[in-house]
Amino acid sequence: MLELSPQEWTAVALSLRVAVVSTLVALPFGIAIATLLARKSFWGKSLLDAVVHLPLVLPPVVTGYLLLITFGRKAPVGAFLADHFGIVFSFRWTGAALACGIMAFPLMVRAIRLSIEAIDRRLEDAAATLGANRGWLFLTVTLPLALPGIIAGMMLAFARALGEFGATITFVSNIPGETQTISAAIYTLTQVPGGDAAALSLVIVAVIISLAALIASEWFARRAHARLHGV
Amino acid sequence: MRDSTGFEMLTVEVEKKLGDFAVTAKFASETGATVLFGPSGAGKTTVVNMIAGLLRPDRGRIALDGDVLFDDAARIDVPVWRRRIGYVFQEGRLFPHLSVKHNLDYGRWMGGHAADPAAFAHAVELLDIGHLLDRRPGKLSGGERQRVAVGRALLMRPRLLLLDEPLASLDEARKKDILPYLERLRDEAKVPMIYVSHDAAEVRRIASRVVRLDGGRVVATGGVELLSA
Repeated sequence: MLELSPQEWTAVALSLRVAVVSTLVALPFGIAIATLLARKSFWGKSLLDAVVHLPLVLPPVVTGYLLLITFGRKAPVGAFLADHFGIVFSFRWTGAALACGIMAFPLMVRAIRLSIEAIDRRLEDAAATLGANRGWLFLTVTLPLALPGIIAGMMLAFARALGEFGATITFVSNIPGETQTISAAIYTLTQVPGGDAAALSLVIVAVIISLAALIASEWFARRAHARLHGV
Repeated sequence: MRDSTGFEMLTVEVEKKLGDFAVTAKFASETGATVLFGPSGAGKTTVVNMIAGLLRPDRGRIALDGDVLFDDAARIDVPVWRRRIGYVFQEGRLFPHLSVKHNLDYGRWMGGHAADPAAFAHAVELLDIGHLLDRRPGKLSGGERQRVAVGRALLMRPRLLLLDEPLASLDEARKKDILPYLERLRDEAKVPMIYVSHDAAEVRRIASRVVRLDGGRVVATGGVELLSA
């Protein structure tokens, strides 16, 4: 049943690469924005919160189109990044990673923000009396205590990235070997006669990857929880 | 600002309004243990938090051994982490994600000091916590937790130790177990202490000096005789 053509394996590998890269690159931004939203009050906070959540409520195709007119090769930001840094998103796997990262970002920020808000601030006060400045305090107390939420956020982001379809296909199209992820490959196979068997194989692969990610994150979360609650 | 024995000395003169409750405290402490004594809601913890730097006074001045920690007129407010004042909280507040040993070492790491095995061994022996080093705080009893909290504050090499009702969460038998450790701390470690309590029996043996607080004000300062009044 799991006889995939080289092109289908490429789609699987690409999906994994896109999901891993988008999750890892989004992580520092996710932690920073979540900390900002959880801890600071500033002018424009509700606006920032709304913008972060936008990809969750917009139709993915709209998000993809917005990316296209912002990061496309001839679009202002896209042209600037290409000319000055050599970073090109349009019709490249990096564009798929950008689209997935942005679609996954609200889920990641929500999970991390909740766990930061749940931290007992009195432990941070204790760390400060012991000589921890703000940076060390964040690294040695806040981050470790937020770890379960960070793991949950990464898991959600990875799953979202793996399943992303609308924004990716709108932004970077469906190019085999470059931007054709599992979802896009399944979609393509269902559009051609006799593609059902291969589509089913890819569906099974997608289920296996998702289950594995879920089990791994549960395991990490349980370990983190045990560490925080004294085992 | 040193007293005749050469130990560090704390002067506090602060005002703080919290809603419709106002704290006005003025006192000085010398070597040994100064007990901030008074009923619940007298403003004891508020005063101690201002000394630690966790709460900003509205007005006033706090100085430790001539080193000004807070002075609103001179716009001085040394941040908590630079004050080097150890704080033992009522609930211990041990870091749940670190072992007892790493909790004890935390202040030394943050201070950037090299390991001092002799000081570590001495504190561990003084507080009798050697058998707990590899455990996590979640597995400690209340008395063990508070002893580790005292050790953690002591090992950061504080200039002053604040103890805010450190025994309040313990039962009577446990209190009696820990008190001798605190007396040894006062006599052997020779770190000046501010000890907050509402329990006269608990602090009678600890106190070198008593500051009585009530309704947010210092109503008397003197010796242990104030505990029975």
